[in-house]
This record gives sequence, C-alpha cells and structure tokens, in this order.
Amino acid sequence: MGLRVENLRVYYQTLRGDVKALDGATFDLEDGEIMGLAGESGCGKTTLGNSLIRLGTRMKYIEGGVELDGVELPIWDHDKMDRFRYREVSMIPQYAMSALNPIRKIGKMTAELLASRGVAYRDVLPSLRDRLDLVELSTDVLKMYPIELSGGMKQRVVMVLSTLLDPSLLIADEITSALDVSTQRAVSEMLVEFREREYVKSLIFITHDVSILYQIADSIMVMYAGKLVEKAPTDTIIQEPRHPYTKMLISSLPQIGVKYTEKKLEGIPGQPPLLLEPPTGCRFRDRCPVAFDKCQEEPPFVEIASNHSSACWRTMEDHAQA
Amino acid sequence: MLKLDGISKTYRIGTFGGKELRAVNNISFDIAPGEVVSLIGESGSGKSTIGKMILRLISVTSGSILFEEVDIATLSRRQLRDYYRRVQGVFQDPFSSYNPIFKADRVFSIIKRVYFRHVPDDEWDAKLRSSLEAVGLNPPEVLDKYPHQLSGGQLQRLLIARALLLDIEVLVADEIISMLDASTRIDVLNLLAELKTRGLAILFITHDLSLGHYISEKAVILYRGAIAEMGTTDRVFNNPHHPYTQMLMRSVPHLDSRWEGKEAVAEGPEEGLLVPGCPYFARCPVSQRSQACKSAIPELLETEPGHFVACRRYADILSEPTPPA
Repeated sequence: MGLRVENLRVYYQTLRGDVKALDGATFDLEDGEIMGLAGESGCGKTTLGNSLIRLGTRMKYIEGGVELDGVELPIWDHDKMDRFRYREVSMIPQYAMSALNPIRKIGKMTAELLASRGVAYRDVLPSLRDRLDLVELSTDVLKMYPIELSGGMKQRVVMVLSTLLDPSLLIADEITSALDVSTQRAVSEMLVEFREREYVKSLIFITHDVSILYQIADSIMVMYAGKLVEKAPTDTIIQEPRHPYTKMLISSLPQIGVKYTEKKLEGIPGQPPLLLEPPTGCRFRDRCPVAFDKCQEEPPFVEIASNHSSACWRTMEDHAQA
Repeated sequence: MLKLDGISKTYRIGTFGGKELRAVNNISFDIAPGEVVSLIGESGSGKSTIGKMILRLISVTSGSILFEEVDIATLSRRQLRDYYRRVQGVFQDPFSSYNPIFKADRVFSIIKRVYFRHVPDDEWDAKLRSSLEAVGLNPPEVLDKYPHQLSGGQLQRLLIARALLLDIEVLVADEIISMLDASTRIDVLNLLAELKTRGLAILFITHDLSLGHYISEKAVILYRGAIAEMGTTDRVFNNPHHPYTQMLMRSVPHLDSRWEGKEAVAEGPEEGLLVPGCPYFARCPVSQRSQACKSAIPELLETEPGHFVACRRYADILSEPTPPA
C-alpha cells in the first residue's frame, strides 16, 4: 500500500507574500522502503516532511493529496490529522535533542505521551525495554531526567519514543547532522534495524548528506527549489544520475581518496532562486550547463526508466532518442 | 612558522573548582608557509579551543605558541595588533560574525580604520575590489548590503576577503565549510587550496574527514583534548594506527562502498577528560587495551617517518628488536 503523494503544494505565508517552498510533489513510497530525501537548505525537503504530519502555523496547504495505506490523510486539517499523528505517521525532528520535556523523567514523559493516545504504559513497557536495548540504552534512562543524558543518548530516546506505536511512516529530519561520524553510523544503522523489525513500515530520511543515504536508503529523491528533481533506486542516483542538478551535486562531494592536488572538484555556480517569486520554467535553468530554449517551460516530473523519474527536458529528449 | 609547543588548557570545575578538566592536553605541532594542516576531531575534542588559543582569544594554561620564534603570550598590545595583521581566523557561523544592524561591509571599514588609516580611499577601494574578486565575489552584489541580504556562502567569503586584505600569513579556519551547502562548499574549499599555493598557512579545523583529506598535507586527529594520531594526510588516512582513527575511517560514509558489519554506539563516559590514563580507554576495543592504558597517558610515538600515534600498543611493538612485518 505505502504512501502516495499527489501534486502536493504547501506554501509559507510571509508579510511579503507566499514562499513557494513545496510546489507540486508527486511520488510513491512502497511498504518497507527507506527513501532518502536530499537537497540543499531551502529546497523544501523539511517542508515536505512536515506537511505529511503537521503543518506549522505559517504553512498553508494549497492543493494536493496524501494517501497512506489506502486512507486519505487530512493534512490540511490540524484536528482531523490528530488521529493519524504518532499512530500512523511519526517523526524524529531535526532538533531531537531538545524534543524532551526537561522537567519530566523519561519514563513519566513516555507514560503521558502514551496516555494522550489512550495507550497504557504498562502494556507497552516490555516492547519499550526491547527497543531501548536495541539502541544500546539501559532501561535506567526511564528513571532519568533529560539533562542526565548526552545529546546522542537523547536522540536515541526520541527515536524509540517516536516509533513506540509502530507507525506506518516515519520521517527522520536531519537526525544525523549534529552527530559525530561514529555515532552517525550507529544511529543510521539502528533506523535500518527499525525497518527490519517492522517497528516502522517505511521511512523518509531527510538529509543534505548524500553519502549517508548511499549507505542506508533503498531509493533517493532529490529536491531543488521546491520541486522534485529526480527519484530512483539509490545505486542509480549515485552511479547513473540523469538530471544535471543531481549529477553536479554528486560530483561536487569530496570523498576520502580525493585530493585537491590530484582532482579539483567543481561546485555549482550561482545561487538557488528565491521562492517568493520563483522563475518560470525549470528552476535550475540559470545554473544549468545544458539548458536550452525548452527549459523556459516547466519540465514535468515523469518516469524516464522503470522506477526512475526526473524533471528535465534534456533528459527526456535523450530518453526519447535512446 | 607557527609552532605549538606542548600547549594545554585546563578548566577548574566543580563547586569549588576542585576538579580539573583538561580541554586540551599537551599538544605540539607546527605549520609551515603554504601548508594546510587539518585538525580533525569530534565535538568536545578541543579543536576549536586550540584555534582560539592561536588567535589569543583564550589564554594557554601551560606550554607556548610560537610565531616566528616569539611566544605570542608575551606580545604587547601594539605587537598583538601586528600579530593580527598576519594571523587571522574565520569561524563556523558566518551570520554571527556580523552585527545585523550594520551593513556587512563594515568589517572592511573597521580594518581600514585600524590598519590602513593612511591609504587613500580610491586606492583602498581598488584593493577591496580585487580581494573580493579573489574570493569569487562580485563587488556590486555584496557591497552596501545588510547581512540578511546575503547568503551564508557570500558572508563566509566576505570574511575570507577581509582576512586577505591584511596580507595574512596564517589563517585559522574553524569549521568554515560545515554551514555551507553542498553546491557552494566546494568553492570555498577550492579557494582555500588556491590561497595555500600563494604561501598562506592554514589550520583547517573540521569534523569532516573527507574535507580534511581533500585539502591538507598534514592531519592531526584529536580525541578528548589530546593528539591520537598525526602525520601526513596519506599516511593517517591510508594506514591509520590508533584504534580511534581506525574506527573513524570505518564510520565515514563513502559513495563507492557500503558499511560492513555493525558499529556499536561509540560514546564514552564524560569522565574521559578527568581520568589519568588514555582518554580513549573507555571506548577502546577490549582486546587491544591493557591496564597500563588506564594509569598513564600514552606518549606520541613515531611509527614510521612523519607518522605519530599515541597508543601503548606501539610502544611494545617498537621496543622489540625486530618489529613484526
């Protein structure tokens, strides 16, 4: 069943007008799929993640539909969405370290959280213990206040709490960005284990770090300036990207083994457009080395090969010729 | 040119300052002109503290920092002004380096007032423009603007341009890439590499191993305030000796290979900074450690020319008459 997102548009309201942060996203996520969502800051990846669970006060639903396991999610209605939040869709926020109530012990806080969903702490406790064990935390943390835990430990507590009711979809937003490389690896591998044990059915892993996605994701979706750029299985995105932006993004990443003196990497010239009044046509046009006249029209996000979608006129042209 | 000679920084903690926390412990290395040294470590490793001590923003508890053989702690106010003309720092968050109520180019008028009072305005303008162009900025796009009107990459480059205007010889670059986006970070990194070819010495402080590898000749791996391993970048990355460096290399995500096996959560207890022995003891794979590690800080040993490691295992290996191949 999985997740189906159809032409989703969510804007931010500002005094100077609407910022078109998420401007028409259409994609599917299969059961059991870990999808990496990559892009630069301001590309709309966090907006997309938030839209699927809770619209912030300044976020405005424009149009589009979201279906999870065959049920339409009323994402435009804060109250109606409450039924799905935490049970069906859950999230590990970007600042998970500050997501815990500082004046409650972890166990008490968990009990309150569960009570708000009509679940008894006692019933969940055995499973809670197993899961703490999986993330290498002792059950003693339940008797501790957040201040007694390190940042990495708090992060793992939040990972366990947010998946305690086995949500169908979990959104993890930049959860590894503030961690050291060694902890980063451990946390990423734990999330894969969550999927193996079916604590979550599918996972959207939002990050700007493509090399982590290569390690854990089944598929990668790349966004640029509020639009979907490309989505394909992980190996395809890394080894045979088709969209010029994806190609440039991946080739600009320094890897161990690459030295300036031996191989100078190239960045992408220019800046992403402002989304208050985004340009017409392809939004990457101004920075794209292969742009042509056709790019003044907006390219559709279409399947160019099996399981491989992209929004680029040039790519479509190549595809038609092949 | 710049030499760190056994510097340490300790803080007194606890209610009455009865405990000592060693944020930086007995660090020695040097940087030559045209050399990039990567100082790599995780949060709390003391890497930023070292950068700040070089810039004399915080004092050194023991040891000394020598710039052209002169201990910078002894510099008078006037000498310090000259020191800052030659040694400058750029920090992680470009937004907090600016005062939001003034225009961003105020950072330039301040150095003109302090260092270039007698330079005529038109000559100064030309100098300013050429240094902006040197960092890949288009002067009309960035001059006369407030910080919020510019991007992080632009602000970061303005700060580098400011440092260049002073004809500096040493740049302390503290995580200057990590706040930038993938598409612009490589440009700033290439800029640093280009400045190096012009003779600038750079201390590149980072937690990102791949960035450090890309740009530097020499790498210093810090763990909890002490050097775990140090040497030419190739040696440290291709043949890591210290169990900590080895673990780091296993954890780095690559784009051409996947992680093998599982890595346990690598978090030692906070007391690491307070115990007398090897700071990595609590996290060290048990088969490799001994009780001796717990009681004394391992010395930095040279295992091959230009490759140093602070791990007792090598003391045993090196003391044997015929070391194992």
